[in-house]
Amino acid sequence: MNTHKWLLAAGLMAAAIAPGCKPKGAQSAITGDAASKVYVAPGQHDEFYNIVSGGFNGQMSVVGLPSGRVFKILPVFSVHPENGWGFSEQTKPMLNTSHGFVPWDDLHHIAISTTNAEHDARWAFGNANNTPRIARVDLTQFKTVEIIELPNSAGNHSSPFLTQNTEYVVAGTRFSVPADNGQDVSIDSYKDNFKGYISFIGVDQQTGHMDLSFQIEAPPFNFDLARAGKNKSHGWFFFSTYNTEMAHTLLEVNASQKDKDYIMAVNWKKAEEYIKAGKGVKKKVKYAHNVWNEDTHSATSTIKEEVLVLDPKELKDIVYFIPCPKSPHGTDTDPTGEYIVGSGKLAAVIPVFSFTKMLAAIEKQDFEGTLDGMPVLKYESVLHGEVEKPGLGPLHTEFDGKGFAYTSMFVSSEVVKWNIETLQVVDRVPTYYSVGHLSIPGGPTGKPHGKYLVAYNKITKDRYLPTGPELAHSAQLYDISGDKMQLLLDFPTIGEPHYAEAFPASLIKDKQVKFYPIEKNQSPYALKGINDARVERKGNQVHVYMTSIRSNFRPDNIEGVNVGDEVYFHVTNLEQDWDVPHGFAIKGANTAELLIMPGETATLKWVPDRTGVFPFYCTDFCSALHQEMQGYLRVSPKGSNVPLKYSTGVSE
Amino acid sequence: MKSLSITNRLLILVAVLTLIPSYFTPLWQISLWAPQYPEGLNMKIWIDHLSGNVDQINGVNHYIGMKHIGVEMFPEFTYLKYVMGAIISLGVVFFLIGKRWSLYSFLGLLTLFGIAILADMYRWGYEYGHELDPKAAIKVEGMVYQPPLIGYKQLLNFLAYSGPDTGSWILMGGVGMLMLAVFLDWKGK
Repeated sequence: MNTHKWLLAAGLMAAAIAPGCKPKGAQSAITGDAASKVYVAPGQHDEFYNIVSGGFNGQMSVVGLPSGRVFKILPVFSVHPENGWGFSEQTKPMLNTSHGFVPWDDLHHIAISTTNAEHDARWAFGNANNTPRIARVDLTQFKTVEIIELPNSAGNHSSPFLTQNTEYVVAGTRFSVPADNGQDVSIDSYKDNFKGYISFIGVDQQTGHMDLSFQIEAPPFNFDLARAGKNKSHGWFFFSTYNTEMAHTLLEVNASQKDKDYIMAVNWKKAEEYIKAGKGVKKKVKYAHNVWNEDTHSATSTIKEEVLVLDPKELKDIVYFIPCPKSPHGTDTDPTGEYIVGSGKLAAVIPVFSFTKMLAAIEKQDFEGTLDGMPVLKYESVLHGEVEKPGLGPLHTEFDGKGFAYTSMFVSSEVVKWNIETLQVVDRVPTYYSVGHLSIPGGPTGKPHGKYLVAYNKITKDRYLPTGPELAHSAQLYDISGDKMQLLLDFPTIGEPHYAEAFPASLIKDKQVKFYPIEKNQSPYALKGINDARVERKGNQVHVYMTSIRSNFRPDNIEGVNVGDEVYFHVTNLEQDWDVPHGFAIKGANTAELLIMPGETATLKWVPDRTGVFPFYCTDFCSALHQEMQGYLRVSPKGSNVPLKYSTGVSE
Repeated sequence: MKSLSITNRLLILVAVLTLIPSYFTPLWQISLWAPQYPEGLNMKIWIDHLSGNVDQINGVNHYIGMKHIGVEMFPEFTYLKYVMGAIISLGVVFFLIGKRWSLYSFLGLLTLFGIAILADMYRWGYEYGHELDPKAAIKVEGMVYQPPLIGYKQLLNFLAYSGPDTGSWILMGGVGMLMLAVFLDWKGK
């Protein structure tokens, strides 16, 4: 407490004298040949992929390191008019939930799949904070291929985190809530009726398909972040908690009272044993599971109604609590799996816990007490040591594989490098400003590539050309190959970057899907050649089976559609070459365009609201004759008997 | 007439054997490069079919009104394998005869076959490059698109290459064997 007040006073003093004598700016921080270290010559490739969360844009961005160039915005939880994600008939089910269609979310954290605690980069997982969901992105297509909703959860922040062989993707609820059976309880019955649910979602090792395996019903704390144990601590999971005061109002004050909150250690192998022994209770819930089918180029959404819940109060030895100062945000395990770093965002030290000591303490039952029957370990018994005076507001820690840890300091806007064994701070560099997450390629795995570190900042102020009230968020790239960190590059990011992971480009760059073989396209609306193009009427539905190939649509003249008809354009891109998508857009459509990859079929629904002749055209510049890739659709009054007619290139 | 040495008879046999891979290796290749095709488009011609980026080449070439390349464009595909079979059979006969005239005849036969193939390729290339659809989207005054018979040629934005592929190179090795036999035979006279 005292330290905290001191620091606050110092901060106020600094703010008071700042206008009078402005300290030397950080503008002089760049030294040496930084430019050449981030210069990727035209035609050359970056060394690392950096998959960066987009925060409130619900997307991921794909960035190259060290250049900081953005290659792609990848839609996950938010509709994306640019390519029709969430607008085409095939993609709409991907955004289905038990609440219906939810076109937006807040994506905070990225987890790249691992095998033996090393990146295999088959999939990227991302979390939806607001309407709790986990998404899986296939990194050979850079496409979201699966989204699973999480029942009994709210503010899915402690998520997604992977066990070392991607056995599970794990998600802890930030908000504790009453269980999902529609309980109408008073908010001040928080301590009795609210619970903190931790979801373990099994991942199929071959296909990547997710399945909600079980949930652990933990006390009503706020679960902030987590990390799986790895290597020697494989089989365990560590969750940071705050609001162990169990407040339900004015958390800013009421959840900051205790000097220590907890890191919750979960023995998930033990949980598996209980499940094998038939323990746990199946609870009625409702959640959506959405899967993209690569063969039919379409998604299906299934509502599931049951989840297996384990109660750690009764099922002993699953859950242990490690006291941790104070409101820990990140909890991170080092590459060996021995050390667990708790970054107490209001704490004056960074505690580092020892997995070996934790096991010994559990063995000796060296507990300071219990919490609802679950053991609370003694801080000192589990502690490897504390990093003294690290800075202010520690949030997240990454590792370089050379025995050092790097912790972001939100309040003092800096990155602090320290030795994991000796706990000595060895270097610190400023960030601009208010750094959140850090990312080292391979940083959260057992095999970091300790060459670069990226800091993702919350505030940029004067760092870029101003753009009105809302300014760019940014990332900063540091060279960490030497003893001292060196700032190399600032680059703006898309949305608000939270966590990101980076891995060697060589893992996936030669495995990219170039196009979808047309003969494997099993969409019921697919056309295998231009001769199949046609228009069919079924009641008030009109189905246009259309092909696109450089540079024409077939059919491109359509008549016999009436006002109020439901018109479905099923467009198949017949190209079989890399980098030849075709677009499709029609005037007045209340959706977005389609952007159809070679060999893919996509459907746009359009209900004409007036008579007239409506042009449609290709929106992706596809060839020298792209501007000729167009057509007309005639809309007649309701009940008109203009015959259904379609053609391509006959009259002249 | 003089009988051939054992070596020269064996060289005829080797030349016969070099004809066999023509059934399962490509005989000719045509490649195209353009700024937006840095990796190149490549088409291979086999004894009875085509492979490679035929669809992409057709996609590119339809703008200038070139014909759609397909198996139906090459009647040669229906009979070339039998012609090759006949040559192989004759080669075996020449080997069994083992006289000087049989060596010279086989070399002559293969040379004629090679010339016939090149002539046929030229005819095809001429027609493909000249017989353009009058309704083509892109028409360049005076421009024809005949691919090179052998070697490189710039055609608008594309650099075209045409040349023998694996099967032909092996076959040419066989012709080389026969020439060696003729040389040895001449030297031993």
